[in-house]
Amino acid sequence: MKYTVDENGFYGNFGGAYIPEMLYPNIEQLRNTYLSIITSESFLSEWHQLLRDYVGRPTPLYYAKRLSELYGASIYLKREDLCHTGAHKVNNTTGQILLAKKLGKKRIIAETGAGQHGVATATVCALMGMQCVVYMGEIDIERQKPNVERMKMLGAEVRPATSGSRTLKDATNEAIRDWITNPVDTHYIIGSVVGPHPYPDMVARFQSVISEEIRMQLAEKTGRDTPDYVIACVGGGSNAAGAFYHFLDDKSVKLIAAEAGGKGVHSGYSAATTVLGKTGIIHGSKTLLMQTEDGQIIEPHSISAGLDYPGIGPLHAHLFESKRATFYAITDAEAFKAAMQLAKLEGIIPALESAHAFATLPYLNLKKSDVVVINLSGRGDKDMLTYINRKHEFSD
Amino acid sequence: MIHTTIENRLVRLFKEKKQNILNIYFTAGFPELDDTIRILKALEKSGADMVEIGMPFSDPLADGPTIQASSMKALKNGMSLKVLFNQLRHVREQVTIPILLMGYLNPVMQYGMEEFCKNAHACGVDGVILPDLPLNEYKEKYQTLFHQYHLSNVFLVTPQTSPERLKLIDELTEGFIYIVSTDSTTGGNKNIQSAEEYLHRIKNANLRNPTLVGFNIKDKSSYDFACRYANGAIIGTAFINMLSNSTDLEKDIECFIRSIRG
Repeated sequence: MKYTVDENGFYGNFGGAYIPEMLYPNIEQLRNTYLSIITSESFLSEWHQLLRDYVGRPTPLYYAKRLSELYGASIYLKREDLCHTGAHKVNNTTGQILLAKKLGKKRIIAETGAGQHGVATATVCALMGMQCVVYMGEIDIERQKPNVERMKMLGAEVRPATSGSRTLKDATNEAIRDWITNPVDTHYIIGSVVGPHPYPDMVARFQSVISEEIRMQLAEKTGRDTPDYVIACVGGGSNAAGAFYHFLDDKSVKLIAAEAGGKGVHSGYSAATTVLGKTGIIHGSKTLLMQTEDGQIIEPHSISAGLDYPGIGPLHAHLFESKRATFYAITDAEAFKAAMQLAKLEGIIPALESAHAFATLPYLNLKKSDVVVINLSGRGDKDMLTYINRKHEFSD
Repeated sequence: MIHTTIENRLVRLFKEKKQNILNIYFTAGFPELDDTIRILKALEKSGADMVEIGMPFSDPLADGPTIQASSMKALKNGMSLKVLFNQLRHVREQVTIPILLMGYLNPVMQYGMEEFCKNAHACGVDGVILPDLPLNEYKEKYQTLFHQYHLSNVFLVTPQTSPERLKLIDELTEGFIYIVSTDSTTGGNKNIQSAEEYLHRIKNANLRNPTLVGFNIKDKSSYDFACRYANGAIIGTAFINMLSNSTDLEKDIECFIRSIRG
């Protein structure tokens, strides 16, 4: 079984580029050039320098002693929350902004859900002196206010997406419409492993620095370079793609994906795509998709804006279908409690997205000898309002 | 002349009429669920040469706010492919101008491409526009099916489409080529006059297929301008806007078409 993308842009049955002609020239240009650009020596040296000096990589692999004691296994946290801007998203935006420069683009657009990708994009645009427009669902603007202010302070224009469910899906629609209207001077920095080929592969490659480091750091700490489990949350799935990437072919490593179960998988308020979705097309990619019988996309729900997406990246659809990864639907309440627990036990307030990953721990029947790596994809500062406002709802 | 294996009203229209073909787009199920046949009849009576019926989709990527809103309303009204085919079952007893279905791939995929083509043909539909259906996938998976059911498949070209790709699109098209006038979503505000050089280039590209210009065509002057470079033009958003404000569909449609034809 092959888990990386094939020459036609597919992961098994998923992927491809289902795009209107207006997007074709840009996608074709990316498809023809991305590999040669991002594997070139000059690109890599510039990017690695940015990752080291600007992003703060490598991020630590931290042995979470008290969490380990509680669950009876050795649990390590990959501290992507310590990246500049507070989440893994910046690994991708630093890569894509360099790519955009090589392509001669002058203007950057992005979509954002939780605002982490928006902030990471606004940040690199400030760094490179490029114009930046970020599309964000109206609902998300409301629930992630601090990130909206951060983007503005960084010089980006934040445009509300007012159509549909007014969340990540709709912000992505608006960004794509912008790109259709401004195809020549603009590069679209997609924030996840979604969208038409080559985006899922390109973003996964930029994020794969996560698992590259995990392997080395784990070897240093434990003498073995593969854990028994790698756990990550999946909305579109970029942090999971990055955390899984260099373990895809190591069958001994169990890959665990936490998706957003919302108020309950069958409550009608959920974003549990692998349970509720079937094959369809969203944002130019064939993947698992929450949709009606008539093929209309269903508006998802999650307490975390970053997981509030009705599809998943085609790589993850393939990992699910081939049973290479195991998916758990984590409810809002479970994620919330996992966040509280991590704060108390380890002194780390995680992003609500990342909290979903921690909430899989009780389901795994861990053994004492198990080595577990959880990708702590982002920090919780942006979620403080939700943590404060909904505390009573979720406390026992 | 065009070599085609397909026989339908669309192919015949382009054989008979070479200029000023007026193609009107409207969203099925808008303003009201059962307006589809009423609008089709009024369009034919008013002198539209052909129509595109939009199959509403929840996430229409290439559409601006007007068609997004009409799609949302249509879906709320209960429109679906099942409902649409039911409405169109007897359309050929009442309407003779060519009918195309336009929409996004996902709803068609869920319906089933073969079933879709079969029912479209049974209703008397002449062609299909699915802007997010990749060229290669059409060629490898669906071209035979489209031929079998005498459906023209229409592809789009844009100002950024390369000459090589234009040629490929021309080879795979049977019906007409949809010339997207500027880099924009539907209902864009760009001035079509700015597209002159590109439209000129397409006109002189020696395409085997006829061409219709769409996007940014909203009134007589933009329609006339587009017709100078192609066999006709397509109006969507401006028509939908008119429908949104209409109190008498038949009268307002007639008035709208007259305002374009002059």
